[in-house]
Parts: sequence; structure tokens; C-alpha cells
Amino acid sequence: MKNEKNIYQSRRDFVRKAGRVLVVAPLVAVPLALAKKTTASGYVWQIDPFKCTQCGQCKTHCVKTPSAVKCVHAYVMCGYCDLCGGYLRQGVKTISTGAENQLCPTGAIVRRFVEEPYFEYTIDEDLCDGCGKCVKGCKDFGNGSLYLQINQSLCDNCNECSIARSCPAQAISRVPADMQYIPKEREEGHS
Amino acid sequence: MVLALMLLWQTVMMAQDRFPRPEFESGYEYPEHQLPLQRAVWLEYVDVAVLIAALSVAAWLALKKRSRNGLVWLAVFSLAYFGFYREGCICSVGSVQNVALALFNGNYTIPLTALLFFIIPLVFALLFGRVFCAGVCPLGAIQELTGFSPVKLPRAVESVMAAIPFIYLALTVLFAATGSQFIICRYDPFVGIFRLDAPFTMIVFGILLLLAGIFINRPYCRYLCPYGVLLNLFSRFSWRHLSITPAECTECRLCEDSCPYDVILPPEKAEYAGDTTGSRKRFLIYLVLIPLFTAAGSVIFFNLAPALSKVNPDVKLAMEIREEVETGTEATSLAAVAFKESGSTEEELFTREMDVIKKFRKASPWAGAFLGLALGIGLVSLTIRSSRTGYSPHRGKCYSCGKCFRYCPVQVKKDKI
Ligand code: SF4
Ligand code: SF4
Ligand code: SF4
Ligand code: SF4
Repeated sequence: MKNEKNIYQSRRDFVRKAGRVLVVAPLVAVPLALAKKTTASGYVWQIDPFKCTQCGQCKTHCVKTPSAVKCVHAYVMCGYCDLCGGYLRQGVKTISTGAENQLCPTGAIVRRFVEEPYFEYTIDEDLCDGCGKCVKGCKDFGNGSLYLQINQSLCDNCNECSIARSCPAQAISRVPADMQYIPKEREEGHS
Repeated sequence: MVLALMLLWQTVMMAQDRFPRPEFESGYEYPEHQLPLQRAVWLEYVDVAVLIAALSVAAWLALKKRSRNGLVWLAVFSLAYFGFYREGCICSVGSVQNVALALFNGNYTIPLTALLFFIIPLVFALLFGRVFCAGVCPLGAIQELTGFSPVKLPRAVESVMAAIPFIYLALTVLFAATGSQFIICRYDPFVGIFRLDAPFTMIVFGILLLLAGIFINRPYCRYLCPYGVLLNLFSRFSWRHLSITPAECTECRLCEDSCPYDVILPPEKAEYAGDTTGSRKRFLIYLVLIPLFTAAGSVIFFNLAPALSKVNPDVKLAMEIREEVETGTEATSLAAVAFKESGSTEEELFTREMDVIKKFRKASPWAGAFLGLALGIGLVSLTIRSSRTGYSPHRGKCYSCGKCFRYCPVQVKKDKI
């Protein structure tokens, strides 16, 4: 009886040991293979403003509501125009801060008089939902100083950004975590 | 590279400098930029520490303390921490994709935390069985806590459905390795619940799964989870494993029906096994079939490659553009519009498409081979007889949930010490 059991027992033990060696092998091999391809700090997702076509998916496809994507203003590029293509609806009759004249659906752009004839435009990020309408307006009629960026403090840093998956311009990609933003300004170091 | 980027910037800027930049006289200063940084990276290492701690506690609760209640509380904690606090991201199940992408893709380097999340639960599975599933995995935890009244499915249904995770795993690795998509993340049914925010269809899918899970416990784990395939494999060869009984099994059969996943193996005695020639013969036949299945799988998948490659956005776009060129129907999808605006040429797109398809041609046969091999080995293992005394859980399939503990009447004698 005892012997009989032992045959099965030892056979099973052998299979288990052999299997263990077989599965340990890849477990050791994977980290070794990836030793040179590992970063300690990881990645964040970011929009390349030069590829983005302001399609509007950023507002709707982020897993967060409202989207983690916000409009950012590169002030040094801005013309501080009175007739701002990003602030005003196309073909408005009067240039004013009236809601009916504003391009931004949530009224997130704040217009402030600086000096004749300049106006400053800042973004209220709490209101901005990343729809990109102003960015398009600014690109088409202005200097292109407005652009979309993923706000890293709001972003969940999903394993695969769900906007990146549907971004038609493939403008969203992983960037090293020490970069975090892709600023549009010309001047280096100004961010 | 940097130079090219600068040049590109320069040209883009030139085109857009419609209005001169103002020179302010009133001493106006540019406002501060708001570009807030990500939460500190070291916090991700806290996650790794929590993972190791939770796994150790789970192993202790399942193997040593033998406390089902403890495991339930651990599941509550993991659900709160990895699920609701960390919003289901970072997770070991998804890390499979990062590893696949890093292994097969030249320019992706994997974050160390993702690699650790992939490896550590497997190491624990090899030591103590699937303690990760017992109370650490947030996906498992949410199902564990909502599975109330298990019903048994017919064995045949069960074994057919159990093949899905293998296919899911093969496709996951294939799509991740070719840099096309992360399907685990995309079709994760519970992450929307963790975030309390998701596309409507995913919320519905998640809730339906949870509702089904009330009766068919852990449906995601059993019929979908690709990481479970790996855990299953590692756990089979585990060094220690949870046992139903704290001491010697008396074969009282009380626990026989206690497992909601029906993975408790009854005793099998060699001397009652009867004639073994039949099963020997089947064993040999299936053994010969393994290479056949493997080859068949790779051939099938090789031919499926072009179809599979359509999940890649470049391939999809290229098809649309090609159709426009050939038949004149205008490509109107957002991607096509963006492509036309981007100024890159059709040739560039088509080369990128060919690259992707080539990658799929190279990788798909492996996915097929893996599936064929798994099927072959599965069949062979059906014919292997073993001798077992006492009731014990199937090492690969047991989630170490501990639900069977309280059915066992055997007590450890206190006065033994
Ligand atoms: S989805 Fe892409 S193209 Fe569309 S607005 Fe966002 S970054 Fe721009
Ligand atoms: S990574 Fe996630 S949270 Fe961040 S922008 Fe993309 S979808 Fe939104
Ligand atoms: S089977 Fe998968 S989803 Fe279920 S608990 Fe285990 S790892 Fe998590
Ligand atoms: S511990 Fe394993 S055998 Fe026991 S009930 Fe849970 S899954 Fe089934």
C-alpha cells in the first residue's frame, strides 16, 4: 500500500518540481530581459500641440468628467488682440464680453483690458472642459497661442489613455515623467 | 532629432504669427503658467509596498490563520485602496500589457512599478497559491464581496467558458506587443465603478457582471481574466497551498459541494481506478496531438493576421485612405480629416501600415501556437490519473478564498502541544 502510493506520490512530486523550474525560468528571464528597458519614474500621457487638430474628442473621451484636458495659454505667443479668434464667436457684431459673443461654451476664458489696444485672455481651468473650440479659433484666426494639454494633476495617468486611443491625429503619447508638458512657446525655458 | 523638432516649431510658428507680439508700456507681466505636475512618483512605490504587505497578509490568513473573515476584510481593504482610492489603475491584470509592449517594442521602457506589479503576485502564487486573487486583486475583491448564492454550472459549459481567458490573454499580448491597443484596460468592466465614472456601456457591462456574479461567483475571474491564466499556471506548482482541512482529511464529504467555483477534487484511489490501458492510450494519442494543435493554431492565426491588424489605428486609417484613392469615396472619419490636415503623405502612412501588418504576421502565429499548445496540454491532463487521499482544492483554479474552511469538521487538537 505504502509503496504503491509512493509511485504516484513521487511522480507527482517530480512533475511539480519540473514544472516549478519551467515556470521560474520566465519569471527570472522577464526582469532580466527588461533590465535595460525599465524606468523608475515612468510615463505620463501628453498632447503634442503641433499634432492636435482640436477634434473635440478630448472633451468626451477622457475617463474623467470633466476631462483632464485643459486649454493652456502660451502668453508670449499671444497677440493680445481686441478681436480674438479664440474668445469671440465668428462674425460677432460687437466686441464685448457678452455671453452670446463668446466662443467658449462654458465661458472659461477671462478677458481683461491691459492697455490700449491690448487685451489679456486667461483660462479658468475649473470651467474649461477641454473641448478645444477656442484652440481651433485661435489657430485659424490668431497666433495659435492657445493649445490643449493634459493637466497632470487631474489626469489619472491611465495605463492606456482612453483619449489617446481615439485621438484621430494620434497626438497623444507617453512622455517621460520628467517632461509632463509639451509647451508651445518658442522661448526656451519659459513655461 | 532636437534640431528637426526646433525647425518644425519654427515653421509652424512662422505660419501662425499673424499678429505681432505686443510691446507693453504699462509694465505688464505675463501671468504665471498653470502647469501643475503629476502626483509624486514615490507614491507609486507606496502602492508596491501595500501590494507586498497585502499579499503577505493574504498568504498568512489563507494558509496559517485559516480565517475566511480575515480574507473578507482584506478584500474590503484592497477594494478600497486599489479599487476606489487608486481607481483600479495600477493593476496587475493590466500590467501584462506593459510587459508585452516592453518585451516586443523597441522604444517603450516599462515603468518599474508596472513590472513589479506583474511579477510580485506571480511569485506569491508560486509560493502560496493564488493568494492575490483571495483578497488583494481589486477586481477579484469586488466580485468576492458580491457573490452570495453560488449555483453550479454544468461541467461542459464550465470547461468551454474556461477557454475564453486563454484567447483573451493571447489577443491581449498580441495587441499590446504590436503597439495597437490595451484591450484589458479598454474592456475592464469594473474600473468604471471604481472611478464612479465611465462610458455608459461599460457601466452596464460591469453591473451586469456583478449581478450575474451573485449566482455565478467571480464571472470575470473564471471566464475572462487573462492574468488568471498565468496565476493558475504558477499556482499549480506552488510550494505551499491552502488546504481545506486543518489536519487530516477524514473524507467525510462535507466540503464536497462547498466551493462556489466547484474546484474541490475528491479523493482518487489508485487501486479502485480499474483498467488503465484505455486512459494510457488516450494519453498517448493526445500527446501526439499537441504538436498538431500547436501547428494548426499558428497556421490559423497567421491567416487571421490581416484581419486582426485592423484594430491598429494606422491600419484602419490606411484602409480608409486607400479606398478614397481607389474608389473616390471621400474619407470623412475624424482620423482621415486629421490625417489630411497633418501634411504627412500617403506613402508614409502606407509604409507604417505595412510595418504594423508585418509585425502582426510575425506575432500572430505565436499567439495561435500558444492557444494550440494550451488546448493540447489541457486534453492530456484530462487523461492523467493520480492518487489522492482526502479532499483538496485544485491548485490552479482555487482562488484561496477560504469559503470551504467552515465546512470541515476536523479540529486541530489543542492539547497536541
Ligand atoms: S483627441 Fe487629439 S486631435 Fe482631438 S482635441 Fe484631443 S489631442 Fe486634439
Ligand atoms: S490618461 Fe486617463 S485621465 Fe488622463 S487624459 Fe487620458 S483618459 Fe483622461
Ligand atoms: S482571477 Fe484575475 S480578476 Fe480574478 S482575482 Fe485573480 S487576478 Fe483578479
Ligand atoms: S478556498 Fe479554493 S477550494 Fe476553497 S472554496 Fe475557495 S476557491 Fe474553492
